[in-house]
Amino acid sequence: MNIGQIKDGIVLDHITAGRSMEIYRVLKLDKLDCTVAMIQNAESTKMGRKDIIKISTLMDLNFDVLGYLDAGITVNIIRDGKVAQRQRLALPERVVGVIKCKNPRCITSVEQELVHEFKLTDPAKKVYRCIYCEQAASSNSL
Amino acid sequence: MQNLMNVTDLSKEEITGLISTAEDIIANPDKYADCCRRKKLATLFFEPSTRTRLSFEAAMLELGGSVLGFSEAASSSAAKGESVADTVRVVGCYADIIAMRHPKEGAPVVAARTAGVPVINAGDGGHNHPTQTLADLLTIWRERHTFENLTIGLCGDLKFGRTVHSLVQAMARYHGVKFVFISPEELRMPRYILTDTLEPAGIPYEEVRSMEEAMPKLDVLYMTRVQKERFFNEADYIRLKDTYILTPDKLETAKSDLVIMHPLPRVNEISVAVDQDPRAHYFDQVKNGKYMRMALILKMLEVRV
Repeated sequence: MNIGQIKDGIVLDHITAGRSMEIYRVLKLDKLDCTVAMIQNAESTKMGRKDIIKISTLMDLNFDVLGYLDAGITVNIIRDGKVAQRQRLALPERVVGVIKCKNPRCITSVEQELVHEFKLTDPAKKVYRCIYCEQAASSNSL
Repeated sequence: MQNLMNVTDLSKEEITGLISTAEDIIANPDKYADCCRRKKLATLFFEPSTRTRLSFEAAMLELGGSVLGFSEAASSSAAKGESVADTVRVVGCYADIIAMRHPKEGAPVVAARTAGVPVINAGDGGHNHPTQTLADLLTIWRERHTFENLTIGLCGDLKFGRTVHSLVQAMARYHGVKFVFISPEELRMPRYILTDTLEPAGIPYEEVRSMEEAMPKLDVLYMTRVQKERFFNEADYIRLKDTYILTPDKLETAKSDLVIMHPLPRVNEISVAVDQDPRAHYFDQVKNGKYMRMALILKMLEVRV
């Protein structure tokens, strides 16, 4: 399968197989007015299987969000058809305005203006907690 | 220190310092009678509370300061839909320090971000209640003269009981402490306290259903009330409220120097007959709470005596 080479854009590589759709949705890539290619279950020597997303435009990416979603992602910035910058992600210390606290007893459940904010409390287990009520983010918090 | 949200905001050394100040206040009350003159404490209670609010107000009055505030959300701008942040920002223009209780967890964190003056969390939902823990710590200290090598039993509503969460987090920092969590299945200690606080530090704990079984090994027994206001479903509350009732006969196997505690108010979980037992210290906690709040106000206002 051939996907055309990007001249200027972004390639998100080493996405855990099966997670690209969620990343596509959270980054709102469907709103972009350019070609976006999503490759699922590509063969990988390192990972066995992986997903890849190619975006044929340069855009601001929230690396904290990406790191929270999948810390193993490699972000390649492509300029004039060449990799101009390669960045490996890490788990962010804070995630602001992305994850929603689902605790009905949290102050964020009644004060709609508050920005939901989570901090990393256990890097080994990838646990993020609401800075207000300390409830752990769950898989449906996004 | 700018704010107190959680008792773990205080280091062990700071807690020792507060206890030392509180004991000095107990020994020499006149020395402190006028040291907060012209200072104002605002007590913002979005949820009714008699004990904690009066304790804060008594503490400030005994330091020679003044108090202002409200005792329920209905008599504040919150009833008109004002946000916590705006309310506190306004009050911060009038007061030198704020003590705030709110039914929603994390509300004092919002307050601390905007108040412009020190904020003390006086209880946020079922989450934290650090000044109750300071009262508890002074009570344990005055009875046992140490925080180390104690076996602490916590009994009742361990799920929504904010005082037990804060006490466990505070005591977990001392050498040789063990915990026994006595609760019905539905009101067990939240997993995050076990996995984030106790297990990484290798602190031994056990979860049991029977108070009688745990009694002989305890140095401290901390009873709690099953709180009606924390339940969304009243049927669950009615089913669970009478699970544990401490009576004199259940204390027959207890140690002679057991420290029986309760954050109050109690309903029926400690029989009135236990009040006569010299091991009952829940009314001492009330007095100790005022002294620790006095010590905390002095520290947060950076008043030197």
